[in-house]
Amino acid sequence: MAIVFADTAWVLISSALVLFMLPGLALFYGGMVRRKNVLSSMMYSFVVMGIVAVLWVVIGYSLAFSEGNWFVGGLDHIFLVGIDYTSTTGTIPTYAFVAFQGMFAIITPALISGAVVGRIKFKSYIAFITIWSLIVYAPVCHWVWGGGFLTGEALDFAGGTVVHITSGVSALAILVFLGKRKGYGVDIIKPHNVTLTLIGTGLLWFGWFGFNAGSALAANEIAALAFMTTFVAPAAAGLSWMAAEWWGTGRPTALGFATGILAGLVAITPAAGFVTPMAAIAIGVVAGVVCYNAVILKGKLGYDDSLDVFGVHGVGGTTGALLTGVFATVGAAGLLSGNSHQLFLQLEGSAITMVYAVVCTLAIGFVLDKTLGLKVSVSEENIGLDQTQHGEKGYNF
Amino acid sequence: MKYVIAIIRPERLDSVTRELQKVEVSRLTVSPVSGYGAQKGYLEVYRAVELEINLLEKIKLEIAVNDDFLAPTIAAIQKGAKTNEKGEIGDGKIFILLLEDVIRISTGEVGSEAI
Repeated sequence: MAIVFADTAWVLISSALVLFMLPGLALFYGGMVRRKNVLSSMMYSFVVMGIVAVLWVVIGYSLAFSEGNWFVGGLDHIFLVGIDYTSTTGTIPTYAFVAFQGMFAIITPALISGAVVGRIKFKSYIAFITIWSLIVYAPVCHWVWGGGFLTGEALDFAGGTVVHITSGVSALAILVFLGKRKGYGVDIIKPHNVTLTLIGTGLLWFGWFGFNAGSALAANEIAALAFMTTFVAPAAAGLSWMAAEWWGTGRPTALGFATGILAGLVAITPAAGFVTPMAAIAIGVVAGVVCYNAVILKGKLGYDDSLDVFGVHGVGGTTGALLTGVFATVGAAGLLSGNSHQLFLQLEGSAITMVYAVVCTLAIGFVLDKTLGLKVSVSEENIGLDQTQHGEKGYNF
Repeated sequence: MKYVIAIIRPERLDSVTRELQKVEVSRLTVSPVSGYGAQKGYLEVYRAVELEINLLEKIKLEIAVNDDFLAPTIAAIQKGAKTNEKGEIGDGKIFILLLEDVIRISTGEVGSEAI
């Protein structure tokens, strides 16, 4: 197919926007941890830009998108063999497609870091991200988008299943080996700078327009629709989270509003190009309230998913995946269009992905815990990971 | 009346205030400080330049107590501030000063009434 220049321009810009989500995520997470762990937490997002960018070109892209079987792609394109600047994918150069998808491969493992802040060894984090990208991300990406067994079955416009369900449930699974932060539930552990978190939320939302609207892989009417839904769903989710919190605790918090926006962004991701803007508002309202309650439930269950990766990405991603099966009307039919089978397909896709991601993460976590060791010592945790892992401090004043 | 000043590890602050509350010492001033003692410093690295940092972050507690509260206050700080049963270098110190007088600003009360 011939290259369409408008599509190419939009996908290139969208790719840059998605990469811009990484510093956004770093600020979002960095603000929520204690002062002594701010650099370490931000570094979890930054270092992934290095590791996965290289990994993607070397082998990740091939495992996800070259021809393979129902489960995983082949090795035809390792080191991008067989692709040059004249190659095309759809209406865009293949290099633009590789770059755009590479950004998704980068942000996904970085999301997991929010669950493990303040206690995972840096070298073990690097090992985990590397192995997880190859064993979990690449195959699931292949299932849903690359020609695997879920392609054309479960609807996932921009990564509700591939990105958010995988990272959300893996965050929960790795905690089996990492446990809680020292003093969790006893000492006062609170965000050191919520203003950073708010700026990070803004950057994430900005980047997310590339994430969702770019997933149309064309500068067309579907991209505009995805842009609109990405615009209103987080707005509605921020409001519904704030309302729930205001009603529940008597205080509308800035951190709550920001988290609600993120929950809305996550939930609209699988639906972005399949639903109308009004349906997007409904999805956002539901996601804000559901994720708020998931985060409260965490406190009662007593596990330390420090920055609520499961509560926001796992629960929000699943909510979005299921509601896509309800509200889809554009280019697909959901429950409201009389196609109840789609809801079943969404449930099936989500459930298979969850089980696969959890089992693989448990296996990776087990092996790393027995070899490198996952958790830092108690005294290193007390002093903080900035000083003990990196030899720096975030603030020298 | 005595004025108790304690230098402790930052991460022990919550456990010290918990111990103090158990013995009903509920008035205290806290400030972040830095200093050095027997505990060694550490290296920081900025763009491959190594800096030896000798000043360690600590927390300073200041508590004015009536004499009968002195012993429980000290025991509580000691219990809360120790890293483990036997204690570690760097767990901190407690200084006790004679306190001449106290005046409560709002009411003008003086002496042990005002503590």
